[in-house]
Amino acid sequence: MLKIEGLTAEVEGKPILKGIDLEVPDGEIHAIMGPNGSGKSTLSYVLAGRDGYEVTGGTAHFNGVDLLGLEPEERAAIGVFLAFQYPVELPGVGNANFLRTALNAQRRARGEGELDAMQFLKAARARLKELQMSEEMLKRGVNVGFSGGEKKRNEVLQMALLRPKLAILDETDSGLDIDALKIVADGVNALRAPEFSSLVITHYQRLLDYIVPDRVHVLMAGRIVKSGGPELAKELEATGYASVQAAA
Amino acid sequence: MNAAVNSGAEGFLHRFDGLRARLPGTRMPWVQALREDAATRFRSAGFPTRRVEAWKYTDLRPVSDAGFDEALSILGDSADLPAPLCDRRAVFVDGRFREDASTLGSAEFAVDGLAQRLPQLEGRLGSLARPQEEPLVALNTMLFEDGLVVTVPAGVAGGLLELASFASGSERPAAFHPRHLIRLEAGASLTIVESARGPAETRYLHNPVFEIEVAEGATLTHTRVQQEGAKAFQLGTIYARVEAGGTYDNFTLNAGGRLVRNEIHVTLAGPRATCHMNGAQLLRHGQHADTTTFLDHAAPDCASRQTYKTVLSGKSRGVFQGKIHVHQVAQRTDGYQMNQALLLSPDAEIDSKPQLEIYADDVKCSHGATVGALDAEQLFYLRARGIPEEAARSMLVQAFLAEAIEGVADATSRAALEAAVSGWWEPAA
Ligand SMILES: Nc1ncnc2c1ncn2[C@@H]1O[C@H](COP(=O)(O)OP(=O)(O)OP(=O)(O)O)[C@@H](O)[C@H]1O
Ligand SMILES: [Mg+2]
Repeated sequence: MLKIEGLTAEVEGKPILKGIDLEVPDGEIHAIMGPNGSGKSTLSYVLAGRDGYEVTGGTAHFNGVDLLGLEPEERAAIGVFLAFQYPVELPGVGNANFLRTALNAQRRARGEGELDAMQFLKAARARLKELQMSEEMLKRGVNVGFSGGEKKRNEVLQMALLRPKLAILDETDSGLDIDALKIVADGVNALRAPEFSSLVITHYQRLLDYIVPDRVHVLMAGRIVKSGGPELAKELEATGYASVQAAA
Repeated sequence: MNAAVNSGAEGFLHRFDGLRARLPGTRMPWVQALREDAATRFRSAGFPTRRVEAWKYTDLRPVSDAGFDEALSILGDSADLPAPLCDRRAVFVDGRFREDASTLGSAEFAVDGLAQRLPQLEGRLGSLARPQEEPLVALNTMLFEDGLVVTVPAGVAGGLLELASFASGSERPAAFHPRHLIRLEAGASLTIVESARGPAETRYLHNPVFEIEVAEGATLTHTRVQQEGAKAFQLGTIYARVEAGGTYDNFTLNAGGRLVRNEIHVTLAGPRATCHMNGAQLLRHGQHADTTTFLDHAAPDCASRQTYKTVLSGKSRGVFQGKIHVHQVAQRTDGYQMNQALLLSPDAEIDSKPQLEIYADDVKCSHGATVGALDAEQLFYLRARGIPEEAARSMLVQAFLAEAIEGVADATSRAALEAAVSGWWEPAA
């Protein structure tokens, strides 16, 4: 699904990613953990194609396609989804209009038929129900006045509607209450399939109790310094990153 | 005989000389006096230059350098006109009222052409306009031929009226100067949806002047959708006077034209009068649009709100000048003015000049201005969801305007504005 080799990137001239090698096979869920400022969000932005995050070396392939050569919208259309650590507020853009425009833009890019207003509403309502979100959320401006937790849920709603092949969740669990955490995890687990993979960035082992990862990677200072099974997350919770650093 | 001069102020004065005996009101001394005074004024002032403070940011040379002819008012097949927005529509072609193309029906108040009502308008026509101060108003006074005359009697809810202005497709560059008189008597109400359109290829000058009287407790909603042709000049001036407890709401969308000035003078003349002046300007290529407002708080306990939003792409240029004058008697005035611009291109430019003149001591008055580009983070968020860059930009521009347009309460007005805005989008240069 995703294959990253020797990826280096800088922001405003400052090297942040210093050679990332990472492979996420079809159907697997990988967790990325690491201290603040280690480059986790930078990696997710580079994969999504944000301006200003400049790739200086290495490659990233998505199902064999050179991801780094595509525009952000093209990456989305082939199935890459990034749940933002800090979802952006869009005053004046209605959430329903936003979701439908996004869904139809992706469908159009893939040569699929577009959903009319009724079909969209039906699909959106079903997803809202699963995520225990009120329909009110559709009428409001995108993320405008949403609480921290509501913003995260709105990211998951987008994921549930857009049904990506690769979901990168950047700290989607941060700021969620315990019930919301379960709902978000259920949302990810609902997409689990042989042709769905996910990269889950988190600081907390707790999320990984609900979304059990196939692999856990530790990112420090722009490099993956350790990889292991789900037990690695538990170990980190007990010992912190200092022990990894010492071992690395 | 000398060759006719048809450009500059002389061109218009020359035309006035030629038309003197044919313009409406030739046999009415009061009309003649108005025209002659205006001509004298226009002769001495000419077109304002940028040395005049109020015209510092708008250069009228493209207008004064161009030559214009008399309008022919050719109405093609009236079946080709865009569908009416509401039941009652007054149609103007090159500034002349076309009853044949209008649908006026019967209502509790009359809608007439000014030329035909002129004998009854002594003392009303010219009661608010100030040709001595504004050369373009002098030009209009000197050469007006027609206009809309509406009087809504006391207590009557006038509903909706569309004022549709078209420039004819004639080859000749025409200039026309309609004078519109709108009067709402005590407690009356009316919503006017005004549109201005013309052919893209023809140069013309549309120079309307409005005199608007809103009596005690009356409410006028005035929505203006300016979509003149790409080579057109529209230089319009509105004078509105609002008495105690009355409301004048103006929303102006400037989307068309090559050079446009939207000048509005409002006097809040009685206690608790209210005025909302909002608008949006959508500019591209080399378009120039200027919104200049003068708000006179001349009575206590009045409120005014102004929000203007300008979107500029290409090499366009936008101007916003807003002056709020609070007289000494106007205690407890509540005034607010905001001007926001979105620059989509490095070659576009916005000039903004707010001005507060306050002579009362118990006053709440604020103004602000913002200028910015599209937010890169918002743009990326939309694109990361699969929305192509162009569409994402367009969504953000519409979002920028949405706040202004959502504030328009009348559904017909809002629909007309939304239709005009949604058609506006240009790929990034
Ligand atoms: N736009 C930017 N301008 C300057 N520096 C940046 C920018 N974005 C990221 N950085 C720097 O890059 C480094 C990595 O940041 P990044 O956001 O990727 O960390 P992170 O691992 O996601 O941290 P956290 O756990 O706090 O979310 C930090 O030192 C950060 O200050
Ligand atoms: Mg981060």
